[in-house]
Parts: sequence; C-alpha cells; structure tokens
Amino acid sequence: MNLEKVIFGFFILLAATLNFGFFIGDIGNPELHSVYELAAALVVSLIATALKFGDRTQIGAIHLSTSLVADLQLIAAAITWAIAEHVTGVGMTAHVTSSVVSLSGGALFANIVSVIILIVETVMLRR
Amino acid sequence: MNSAFFLVLRRMRAPIIVLIVIYAIAIFGLTLVPGVDAEGKASAPLSFFHAFYFISYTATTIGFGEIPVAFSDGQRLWVTICIYLTVVGWSYSVVTLIALLQDKGFQNTLITNRFARRVRQTRQDFYLICGCGETGGLIARSFDHIGQAFVVLEKDELRVEELDLLDFKTDTPALAADARLPDNLRLAGLCHAKCRGVLAVTNDDEANLAIAIAVRLLNPDIPVIARAEQKSVAANMASFGTDHIINPYERFADSLALAVAAPERFRLIELLTSLPETPLAEPHQPPHGHWILCGYGRFGHAVAERLRNTGIRLTIIDPAAGDADHDIIGDGTEASTLRQAGISEARGIVAGSNNDINNLSIAVTAHELNPELFVVARQNQAANNALFAAYGADFTVLPSRVIAQECIALLTAPLLARFLDRVQQLDEAQCRHLVERLQAACAGLTPVVWDNRLNAAEAPACWQALMHGRTIELGSLLADAADRQRRLPVVPLLVERGTDYLLLPADDFTLQAGDQLLFASPLAAQRELELTLRNANELDYVLTGNDHSGSLLGKLLAGRTA
Repeated sequence: MNLEKVIFGFFILLAATLNFGFFIGDIGNPELHSVYELAAALVVSLIATALKFGDRTQIGAIHLSTSLVADLQLIAAAITWAIAEHVTGVGMTAHVTSSVVSLSGGALFANIVSVIILIVETVMLRR
Repeated sequence: MNSAFFLVLRRMRAPIIVLIVIYAIAIFGLTLVPGVDAEGKASAPLSFFHAFYFISYTATTIGFGEIPVAFSDGQRLWVTICIYLTVVGWSYSVVTLIALLQDKGFQNTLITNRFARRVRQTRQDFYLICGCGETGGLIARSFDHIGQAFVVLEKDELRVEELDLLDFKTDTPALAADARLPDNLRLAGLCHAKCRGVLAVTNDDEANLAIAIAVRLLNPDIPVIARAEQKSVAANMASFGTDHIINPYERFADSLALAVAAPERFRLIELLTSLPETPLAEPHQPPHGHWILCGYGRFGHAVAERLRNTGIRLTIIDPAAGDADHDIIGDGTEASTLRQAGISEARGIVAGSNNDINNLSIAVTAHELNPELFVVARQNQAANNALFAAYGADFTVLPSRVIAQECIALLTAPLLARFLDRVQQLDEAQCRHLVERLQAACAGLTPVVWDNRLNAAEAPACWQALMHGRTIELGSLLADAADRQRRLPVVPLLVERGTDYLLLPADDFTLQAGDQLLFASPLAAQRELELTLRNANELDYVLTGNDHSGSLLGKLLAGRTA
C-alpha cells in the first residue's frame, strides 16, 4: 500500500463528497446549504489541486484540469455568497442561494469526473 | 509547457498544501470564536468573508490595520495563534522556493531549456562542435573570426563558463553536457535544418566514435569530422562512413615527411591550411640524413614510418624501446643517451614524448650538443605555449592545432581538398612562385581560403550577367570595387566546371555560370569580391567602369543619352 496514493484518493473523494453535501437539498432554500460546508469543500478542493501539481502524464493533466474547474466554480460560488451577504446586503434570497448552489453543482460535476478518472486509473493498474 | 515549470509545481506541492491548511484552520477558527459589540455584549462571530479578509492581510504580514469591529478576547487569543501559524506557513513556502531556485538540478533545467530554445531559433547555418578543449577552442575562435555560427557541446562546465568570457562576436549557444548522449546532440541541433556539419573533437577517442555513429544514424546527410588518435578507432569510424577522420599524429608526420621531401610544396600546403589570418610561420627546411627520434609511442610510430620513407636514417630513443637495431633505451633527456645515438653527426632530432617538459629538456640538451641540429618539438598542451615560444624549436607540433587547422580548412572551403589533391602536379618552382604570390597578397598573415559557386544563391549578380550571355574574364572580376585600376589581393586557386578541374586559372580564363571557384585572400578582400559577385552595380563598375546608381530613373536617363 502506498501512503501517497491513499492521501491522494482521500482528498479527491473528500472534495467530491463535501461538494455533494453542500449541493444536495432544495436549490432555493438557504437553510439547506451551510456556508461551512461550502468553505470546507473549497479548502479540500484546493488541497486536491495542489496534490495534482507536477504530474506530466496525460492522466495527470486531465486530473489537474478537472480540479482547476472545480476550484474555479467553488471560488465563484464563494464570491457570489460574499457579495450577497456583505457587499450588496441582499442576503441569502432564493435567487442568490440558487446561483451559489448551481455553481457548486458545476464543481460537483468536475469532482465526479475527477473521481471517475481516479477509478479508471486504478482499474487500469494491474498490480 | 516546459519541464522547469513542472519541476517548480512538483517541489512546491508540500508548501502550498501547508499554506492552504493553515489558512483553512485560521479562517474556520475565526468564524467560530464569538465577537463583542460596542457595548461589550457578546455578538456573532466573524463571517467567512471577514475572516478571510482579516487572515489575508495578517498572514502575509502586511499588517493592514483595518479591523471590521474591535475583537473580543477570545478572538484575540485565536488571532495570536493564527499569526504564528501563518508566518510559519509563508516562511516555509518562501524558503522552499528560494532553495529550489538555487538547486543545481533546477538551474540545469533552466539553462538547458534556454540553450535548446536558442538553438531552435537559429536562422543561420551552423556547425556543431563537440568538445571545446584546446582543439575545439581554436576552432571556435577561427569560426568566430570568419563569422561562421556554431554551437558548442562540452562536458566540462568550467570550460563552458570560460567560453562566455572569450567575448565572441557571434552569439554562441554552449551547453555543458555529455556529447556522447544522442539526446544532448539532438538538443544541440543535430537534426536542425541549418546544421551543416558536426565536429567530434573531444580528447576521448571513444566519445568521438560515439558522436560519429550518432550523427551517421540520426542525420546521415550532414558531414561529420572526427578526431581519432588510435588506429582501431579510426578504422571503426571509417567503416560506417565518417566523412573525415583526423589523426593529428599521422597528419603531422605526413607534413614533416613532405617538408623533408618537397619543402616548397609543404610550405604552400601549410599556408593554405593554417588557421585564417594568423601570423605566418617561419619556413621550415628540415635536412636529409641522420635523425634521432625520442619517444616511440603513437606519435613516434607515425613519424618514424614516414621519415624512413623519405630516406632518412633514424635512431630511436625510448624508455621501452629495443625492437630495432639502432634503438636505445632511455628518454633522451640525458647527454649520454643522445651521444650514444650519434648526436654529433645527426642532422635532426624529434622530441616526441608525451611529456612537454621532457620534450623541452631533450630539445635544449640536443641543441647544446649540436647547435646545427634541426629540432622538432612536440607540444602536448597549449598551456605550455610560452615555454615553447621561448625555446623556439625549428618546428613545433601541437596536436590540437593540427586538428583545428584541418577542420577549418575542410569546412570553410570544401573545394580546398580537391586543390590539395592536385598540388602534386605542381613542381617545386611553381609552388615557390605561388607561395610568393600568396604572401604578397596577404601581407604577413595567412590567407583565408574560400570558395564561391557562380549560381543564383552565392553570386547572383555575376550569375545573371553570365546567363545574359555576357563574357566575363576571371581577371576582370578581381578589380577593386572602390577603384577599378587597383586589383584586389586575391589569388584564384582552382576552378571546378562539371567534373573538370583547372588548377591556377589565368586572368583571361572565361567564366561560365555554375563554375565553382576557390580563392585565397585576406578576409577584407573576400568580403569585397563577394560584394562584387552579389551586387549588379558593383559588378558593372568593376567590369566596365560605369558608375551609375542602378535606379529606374538612372537607367532611363542612361538609355536616352546612350
């Protein structure tokens, strides 16, 4: 067993599960989408990205790009939240909540792709 | 993306993750610790947005003093912890980055990338010099002098750094890498469209062999010139078609034998093959008769074989000698051995061991015993130049110089090899006459030997004139383009027309399009004659004396008055 592989798989899966946890629930209801979960998803996603740095293989490149997409979507969601709460002061209306959650939904898709690649990679490995 | 970028990312993985984790801990903590409002009552903790903002300016130690609201003591406690945590995280990142920049492997990657990019972007024809020791250095300097671009691969990093100090006119990419590895050769432009040839001149025969094979296989169209001191290696190189194999010892032995047999022809060949625009060497007149040869290694064998062919009687002194009749054991540095070898009636001596100091000692001792002696000294290291110059042997042989001369001569004028083949047809008087002409033309320096084909690429103006049916005599081309009464100091050596060769064409030789001409001249005269051959106006002036501008209006006016 390779500890590095364990950590790698752990963070990729954790990024996807946290993201899913935030995403699940009625899209317009702010009470079902905790901001803590969004923050945790963003942090874990960033760590997963850093773990993918410096791999020159083709699969490594796709891994990195899916993570970058997830980061981008989650950062966009976080900024949307911050603007609504603090800059314009409209608060978490159904409109704002749904746009934050749908952005995180995009990130979830990227994270799922990432997990699929991880599984494919593992299946291809015959050791 | 290049490999340096990936290397940075890979090495920065750990610090980046540490930073993200520290930020996450600090921000999460701040969103949990309750705050205090203006009246001192407990209030809600900071939101994520404010917490991120606060940590961002605290962690980077910018210390921007704007706090959203005054902190509670609980928040202050947590922030104190955060400050230390984040400073550690940032320091770790910065230290790792600095260590990475100083890392030898990383710098090598950067240098290699830059070198490869410069070679890729080269737009000039260039030669690839493998090994830039004494030989490679001499070749590089000569190339630089005549404005030929080149790329250097050298194993020793120090030598590459020294190259930077040499202050070349041309911008020369050089890389410290092992030329035996095909990847490095490719990096240095072996398969580049502009690569015109490879010179394998390292001091290691095996490396030269490896380079020659790699060139033959990876880019079979370009010539490779290889240095080989061992016969077996030379034979190996010849077996797979190395274009030119240079054995400095045999080459020198050949010229020494030629100098004995035909001094004037030797002088001519020496003039034409020496490094361009260097001071003339003194003429050598090695005598016939009895010679002593000290040192019977590879050099000694080559010299002995060829000197005996010219009828010279040879006595060999060598520490390990003893296979022939008049051979004497010793290194020749003591007077007794030299006397035993018959120094008093000898006419010449070759100090040919592989130790410079011994060679000088032999030469000095022999000269004291017999001042009339013709002394040939072998110099192994260019660093000992001062000693050998101070001693002033009749004939000094420096292997690195022999190789460099041959490389330059072969590369700068491919036609020169044909000329040298035909020099045998000239008798001694003709050779002497030609040497005098060359010396007069070049005023104390050695000539630059160059060739030019009268075609659309190399001599467009002249080619066009010839294609229009104009009759041009060789002599009329050689006038100075500044004042056509004066003649350029250029000596035409050979004309190649189809498969025919004409040695030393006369001034009334009528040129044809497609002729290839071999000239010897100073560098400045070469530039002028090339201009004449390229520029229609210059050519017209040189041939007819008409000095017009060549503009359309000028041509119209000239047509009206004519």
